[in-house]
Amino acid sequence: MAQTEAAGWGSRIGLILAMAGNAVGLGNFLRFPAQAIENGGGAFIIPYLVCFLLMGLPLLFVEWSMGRYGGKFKQHSTPFIFDSMGKAPYWKYFGVFGIFTNIAVAAFYCYLESWALSWAYYSVAGTFTGMSQAEVTGFFQNYIELGTSHPVVFWLICLLLNTWILSRGLSGGVEKVAKIGMPLLLVFGLILGVTGITMQAGTGGEGPINDGIVGLNYLWNPDFSSIWSFDVWVAAAGQIFFTLSLGMGSIHCYASYLNSKEDIALNAMSAGWMNEFVEVVLGSMIIIPISIGYLGIDAVSEMVSGGSGLGIGFAVLPKLFADWGGFGAVAGVMWFGLLFFAGITSSLAMGTPVMGFLADNFGWKQKNAAWMFGLVIMLLGIPAVLSQDAFNEFDYWAGTIALVIFALVEIVLFAWVFGMDKGWKEINTGADIKVPVIFKFIIQYVSPVFLLVVFIGAVPGIIENATKETSFYGWLARFLLVGLFIGISILVYIASKKNSSTKLY
Amino acid sequence: METPALILVTIVWSAVTLITGFFFYKVLTIKPNPEPDSFSDNDEESN
Repeated sequence: MAQTEAAGWGSRIGLILAMAGNAVGLGNFLRFPAQAIENGGGAFIIPYLVCFLLMGLPLLFVEWSMGRYGGKFKQHSTPFIFDSMGKAPYWKYFGVFGIFTNIAVAAFYCYLESWALSWAYYSVAGTFTGMSQAEVTGFFQNYIELGTSHPVVFWLICLLLNTWILSRGLSGGVEKVAKIGMPLLLVFGLILGVTGITMQAGTGGEGPINDGIVGLNYLWNPDFSSIWSFDVWVAAAGQIFFTLSLGMGSIHCYASYLNSKEDIALNAMSAGWMNEFVEVVLGSMIIIPISIGYLGIDAVSEMVSGGSGLGIGFAVLPKLFADWGGFGAVAGVMWFGLLFFAGITSSLAMGTPVMGFLADNFGWKQKNAAWMFGLVIMLLGIPAVLSQDAFNEFDYWAGTIALVIFALVEIVLFAWVFGMDKGWKEINTGADIKVPVIFKFIIQYVSPVFLLVVFIGAVPGIIENATKETSFYGWLARFLLVGLFIGISILVYIASKKNSSTKLY
Repeated sequence: METPALILVTIVWSAVTLITGFFFYKVLTIKPNPEPDSFSDNDEESN
């Protein structure tokens, strides 16, 4: 793979692992199984895979090709990638979402990531050994309510680690982490998954009360009536957004460092399907089979109501692993280690568009841009660390709604403004596989309608959330989010004035 | 395991694993495109 500039990818495999790492996150292991149980069990896979084919893959092709196209003009962030594709001056302001979302999501996501890091540490230190389930749950509650200084310490360690890796650049930092983290994640996931589904019920009151296969059966037993529910389809579309990191701007940024004649079609398919393997195969082998094995179906189905799986992942599994004897500590490290690797490969991807924006438009050096990103997400993250209300506001507005708006805009820009014929040519330039021509039709007609329906389906929730009363920290989070969006828009305006005479498109 | 769950999990896991493996194998084995060797090939198209 040719390296086109100083900041670039060292190898094709490194790029694919980094892209897959960007997509694979905590949600693959915690959110997917919880969503499946909430939305029809095994039948959820039908709307889920339809959404993957009609919305996920088309958007992957679009985002990869938009990124590589912008890279031709030395642009690595969406405001000016959009500007290079649409002649109207307002497109770049829609591109602001591609920086805004990354900063806002990183602000709370790094905190979640730090939970995984601290729980890996506690597993090594044997903190959970000898604790009852109530004690482990209490320990988790105390942690998230900041009853100890550890959450802040681990959060700061996590921020420093992210910033330091980002400051080392793509090939020297992000790619190296992906090359180590992704294979380890796959190995840890396979070991835990096989252990989970082959677990045998104990005898005489000892060990699990169910075989691991009982949980697998519960998760995959289909309730086909659910596929006629609109809510189930919205949940499936939402899961596809989360899991593929669509509508964020990070895929554009990674792809913008490709040579303009390098493949994107096979790369996009490979990274996208690798994420699906981790989510659909490994993600359904671990938390549900193990937790149902020990706690039974009723207790677990109550815990996953709400569809996040965080409670099982952090408050229940440590106790269950502790019951596995000597292997328990290793299993704990593998579980929280894989969650940490899943998290950090995603949060690193959130930093690169910001760094690209500052470097392209204001001439910032990589290290300075990385430390600025670290500082901003630390300041923005404070309310999310201190208050669940603020955390939820960040998650809803930046981590959910902004993604859908951005994706809807980008597909209209790509298919209808830039033009589908030119867009199709972009997707196929240098392609190592033949992309089925049906995707041309899907990108132009089906995906935009699909996204519009998802957006319309989200409108009642938007109105409800916008008018909902919240605490001081909730309001602070809303204020910060609006301020962040306006601030980035001003920077984009300044950059466009500054660079108007030197732009290459 | 109940039959519908068994059938579904077998089909979905097999399909996802095979497709993932197929694309990853292609990435590992496909020969890189030759570098452009003429001035015209090096010309970029602009908007």
